[in-house]
Amino acid sequence: MSAAAVTAMQHGLHSCEDCGLLSRPGSGEQEGRCPRCAAHLEFRKPASLQRTWAFLIAAAVCYVPANVLPVMETTSAQGSESDTILQGVVLLWSPTGWPLSLIVLFASIMIPSAKILTLAYLLITVRRGSIQNNAQRGRLYRTVELIGRWSMVDVFVDAFTVALVQLQPLMSVAPGPGLFFFAAVVVLTMLAVESFDPRLIWDPSSAQEALHV
Amino acid sequence: MYNEPLADASLLACPDCDLVQRLPDIEPGASAHCPRCNFELWRRRDHLRHRTLPLTLAAVVLYLVANTTPMLGIAAVGREASTTVLGGAEQLWRDGREIVAGLVLATAVLAPALQIGFMLAIVLGARSERPPSWVGTLLRHHPTARTWSMIEVMMLGVLVALIKIAELATVIPGPALFALGALVFLLAGIQAGFDPRVVWDRVEWAEAATRRAGAPAQMAGEMP
Repeated sequence: MSAAAVTAMQHGLHSCEDCGLLSRPGSGEQEGRCPRCAAHLEFRKPASLQRTWAFLIAAAVCYVPANVLPVMETTSAQGSESDTILQGVVLLWSPTGWPLSLIVLFASIMIPSAKILTLAYLLITVRRGSIQNNAQRGRLYRTVELIGRWSMVDVFVDAFTVALVQLQPLMSVAPGPGLFFFAAVVVLTMLAVESFDPRLIWDPSSAQEALHV
Repeated sequence: MYNEPLADASLLACPDCDLVQRLPDIEPGASAHCPRCNFELWRRRDHLRHRTLPLTLAAVVLYLVANTTPMLGIAAVGREASTTVLGGAEQLWRDGREIVAGLVLATAVLAPALQIGFMLAIVLGARSERPPSWVGTLLRHHPTARTWSMIEVMMLGVLVALIKIAELATVIPGPALFALGALVFLLAGIQAGFDPRVVWDRVEWAEAATRRAGAPAQMAGEMP
């Protein structure tokens, strides 16, 4: 097998995720330490699929209250009113405000759901040992990693609206119970992305290549 | 136990598909991609000395301005209120959303401080021919600080909040808002011009530092 090995793992080498150094663990060892940057090393991220699923399922569970419960509660002379994320998007829709409205819609509703679906797709195809669309799946992972942070935007919108609109008794804004769940979705999906090991996407193809070289 | 390095230092494995390959020597500004999955393995940049240090120093100043001056104020029917970056976390805390407040504090204040502070220490430490191993430690943790540092996301959030509130009251932008706006571009510029490989190639290895520190007491072998 080693004669036709194509990946670091097949060669019995650790590739450091932090500094990129390739190094050889002690004989028979699964774990090691990078001699250059001291990072803990394994051939693949430990229990990557299980951990990613755990974060992902937790995120999907939080996704429901995040969208159903209000994230902001406004008290004014006209009484009080509470808004969910989607209502916030609708409220922002105006002849001048619609581009921002679209950005918030994209960042708060489309990105979190796309992230959850994409990661689930990657997890399922990896579990099934798929050898198709490897490059596309790898790019998909990197894209999710890159744009995921932008869903935090609604947390900041609410944080600063709440911080600023404190004109009691005229008008005041308080954070709603949905905000916690929304923030949880963002953090949990980011942790899910971090737990996933993109090298798993290529492992089934690497095994085939090693046999056919 | 530290792993054993390979004799051929130009070999590496693609972080995305694990393919072992030799990194080609490329011109500054050019990039090397994995032949199998097309992942960008390296984009060579040589700005470390000339550009990164002044940009990072400017980022330190802007960060201090952004966190010590008012960011936004509003005025409505004779009443006024204002907030700072910290104020965003503070009011959430007072309203009983401690966890969300902590997250805002971490992503808007703490992580950016680490991101900028680490970068400053790395650039200063990397000025010597053989940067000490703590530079490697900071370099290793810098991407985590960057992942959770969300100044640019906060900027967009503030902008949206500002437009929402502008319908109800007069909004008065403060110096922190402009400092943050500039900081977003500055951080992007620092990131675009910084090549960690330049530092990794010269830094003192953790293994060597441990051996040096523990040699008299024979501690090297006992490191976890």
